[in-house]
Amino acid sequence: MSNELTNLRAALHAPPAAQAEAKADTIALALRNFDALHQTGQGSRPALRPNQARRSAAGFLKGVHAMLKSLTSRPILAATTSALALSVGLVIVVPMIRTAPPPSGLVVPQPTPATQATDTAATEVTSEPEVTAHAVVGPEVGDDGGTDAHDITRLATPELAAKEANQPGIGAAMVAENPPSPRSPGPTVGLAPLAARTLFAEGLPRDGGVDLGRPAPDDTEAFANAAPNPVKITANEPVSTFSIDVDTASYAVVRASLTAGTLPDPAAVRIEEMVNYFPYAYPAPAAGDTPFTSTVTVTRTPWNPGTNLVHIALQGRLPAISDRPALNLVFLIDTSGSMDEPNKLPLLRQSLTLMLAQLRPEDEVAIVAYAGSAGGVLAPTRAADREAILAALDRLQAGGATAGAEGLALAYQVARKMGGAGEVSRVVLATDGDFNVGIDDPEGLTHYIARQRDSGVYLSVLGFGRGNLDDATMQALAQNGNGQAAYIDTLAEARKVLVDQLTGALFPIADDVKIQVEWNPAAVAEYRLIGYETRALRREDFNNDRVDAGEIGAGHSVTAIYEVTAPTSPALLHDPLRYGSAQPAGEAGELGFLRLRYKTPGTSDSALIETPILPGSGTGSDDVRFAVAIAGFGQLLTGATYLGDWGWDQAIALALGARGDDPFGYRIEAVNLMRMAQSLDK
Amino acid sequence: METSDQTLARAAAAGDREAFAALVERHYDRILGLAWRLTGSRAEAQDLTQDICAALAAKLVSWRGQARFTTWLYRVTVNAAHDRRRRQASHSRAANGWGDWEISRQQAMDEARCAQDWLTQAMTRLSPELRDTVALVLGEDMLQAEAGAVLGVSEGTVAWRMSEVKRRLRAMATAEAEP
Repeated sequence: MSNELTNLRAALHAPPAAQAEAKADTIALALRNFDALHQTGQGSRPALRPNQARRSAAGFLKGVHAMLKSLTSRPILAATTSALALSVGLVIVVPMIRTAPPPSGLVVPQPTPATQATDTAATEVTSEPEVTAHAVVGPEVGDDGGTDAHDITRLATPELAAKEANQPGIGAAMVAENPPSPRSPGPTVGLAPLAARTLFAEGLPRDGGVDLGRPAPDDTEAFANAAPNPVKITANEPVSTFSIDVDTASYAVVRASLTAGTLPDPAAVRIEEMVNYFPYAYPAPAAGDTPFTSTVTVTRTPWNPGTNLVHIALQGRLPAISDRPALNLVFLIDTSGSMDEPNKLPLLRQSLTLMLAQLRPEDEVAIVAYAGSAGGVLAPTRAADREAILAALDRLQAGGATAGAEGLALAYQVARKMGGAGEVSRVVLATDGDFNVGIDDPEGLTHYIARQRDSGVYLSVLGFGRGNLDDATMQALAQNGNGQAAYIDTLAEARKVLVDQLTGALFPIADDVKIQVEWNPAAVAEYRLIGYETRALRREDFNNDRVDAGEIGAGHSVTAIYEVTAPTSPALLHDPLRYGSAQPAGEAGELGFLRLRYKTPGTSDSALIETPILPGSGTGSDDVRFAVAIAGFGQLLTGATYLGDWGWDQAIALALGARGDDPFGYRIEAVNLMRMAQSLDK
Repeated sequence: METSDQTLARAAAAGDREAFAALVERHYDRILGLAWRLTGSRAEAQDLTQDICAALAAKLVSWRGQARFTTWLYRVTVNAAHDRRRRQASHSRAANGWGDWEISRQQAMDEARCAQDWLTQAMTRLSPELRDTVALVLGEDMLQAEAGAVLGVSEGTVAWRMSEVKRRLRAMATAEAEP
């Protein structure tokens, strides 16, 4: 053993001695509780609070018990009297197939020759005749990590029963009725580990495929963000490459903070997500054209007279909603204890109910819950069967710790099984983001998701509630899973994400969309990309189709804004080099050159779109001005390094003037948030 | 020969007060020890032990004698420590507002760094999962399989976590050696 571990062991072996007084107090307290419990009698004792899921699980276990009893009583008695060993193995099958078992969960205890006995049973008894009981675990197993694992150990008792039955003189029927006292620690076969083991064997190496040689990050930041993009000198770094981002989570987080009366943590602000939160009416592509069009607008910078803004807008095509392919949705729902708050599980339930109304009868929905252990709650069900889906949603109960990885593996497996030709499968992960159990290695998890991405299943992440939200993990999951992250704080936001933008959120029209801009040093001396810090790509990644990037959904619009400074501008931040080359080569006619790469969903080769960026192109529409106002809002929240005197008043005026139609009121809401931030920022 | 834990626990679950008292008396130190290893603080450990003992009577009802009593008790303790940690985390996050908890976590780490207590320092820098594993494997001298049974993870996971602990401790030692 290494020196470090020896030290640690020694240190851990010197616990502080128990204080006699505290010990006495505690024991007295324990006894008082004991008395209270046992005085009130069996009927009304305040035992562990039962809940719905608990009850059905208990019912199932009782069922197994009854099954074993009926199994052991007749045929097996004969077996024991002839001193033959009996092995009862339990095969636990988590239902995820279309032919789902009845909801009661228990299926046919038919004795059949053992072909699938669990490994322990199979190795312990080899030569004797075996009887295997097949139990199918019902959908609602598992609500509370700790006690569940405990309950489930009961499943393992049959093995011990079998061993005892081996001894002459003990009737098998009796054994079945009185669970024997174990001589060794009972095999604690939990559902979760079992499911995880089989599922993970497919794609994810055990324990997340960790490369032990690689330095793992010591802490994970709660927010995914990097330092704001600095001003870059075109002569040194003429090319800027990034992936598009259609997430909107950051805006909702900012809104929730401001509504709660605090300025958001600058690290929680991702400017591009704030800008992309709003619907814009950018020119849409004509039918049969590329899946999206790009529009470039060059305008004056409101906060700096010496620079210009280059506003790049991508607008995805919105196919007729009636033409959309059938959808397979797997809701992976976090039912851990932390979800038990009004703005989490109940809001999630309402949100999904809203969304259900938008689905078509041929769409399919499955629900997988994870908390401590992962389990299917609803086998794939057609959206037409609204009642069944709503009933499954109502059954969801919060309790226990979160085991994110197992749930994901199960959800992906369900999604893959549901997929048909021409259909779109998507896992929708709803969580407060606190993956605290079951993942030893967050990188292994993202790795796993990145691999699942190749199976064509998309992943969306919906964040709920505050306090536990692990924004960084959510971001990482959505980015690696070809998906989108949204944060849902109100029912109105749920409507925006799940109803108004259902098509865009769920139907990708272009995958791995990357943007690369090469600036012309003769026309642009300095440039700065506003936002997209977490989406930066290396220059060489642009042409590498194996490098992942963001997706554009049907009807999505994506905006990127650069602030550029001309070589002659007084606003230049860098002094010219004394020993550098005096004049940059090239014509000053073009500001730069825009290259876009995207893949049509389902293909692996990217297509390229190229357009020059010309000075004065585009018109400063309301949409452009509003996007700029929001970019200003984001910068004001993150330090406003480059804004000079431009402040809240100017941002509010700009946004108010660019409100446009705003049928849903998103823009006026933003203006009000700016006012709120202004009063908080004093 | 003293009565086995199993017998006592079964009697206690059935309402035998003497058995229950003997059981708590016998295991108080063990719970406290593990609680201290899990939380790293004497006061915390005492509170946690009190919580566990207070709830023990009700919990015992759900103990059905399939796992060894001490294994079960360890699991109850680890789960209670988890719950407490989670409650504290959400409390401090709610109190501090969005994002500040990360700052205070960093501060706590800084303080631990300043404290000349090598153990606190080492444990604070390990993730909660790793800390739990260390507490059981090194602190309680459990086999990796037993620790896995308590934590509800596979033996392989425990083995991996221990190698991860070793790696991080080594990294810390290297970092300390450098000025």
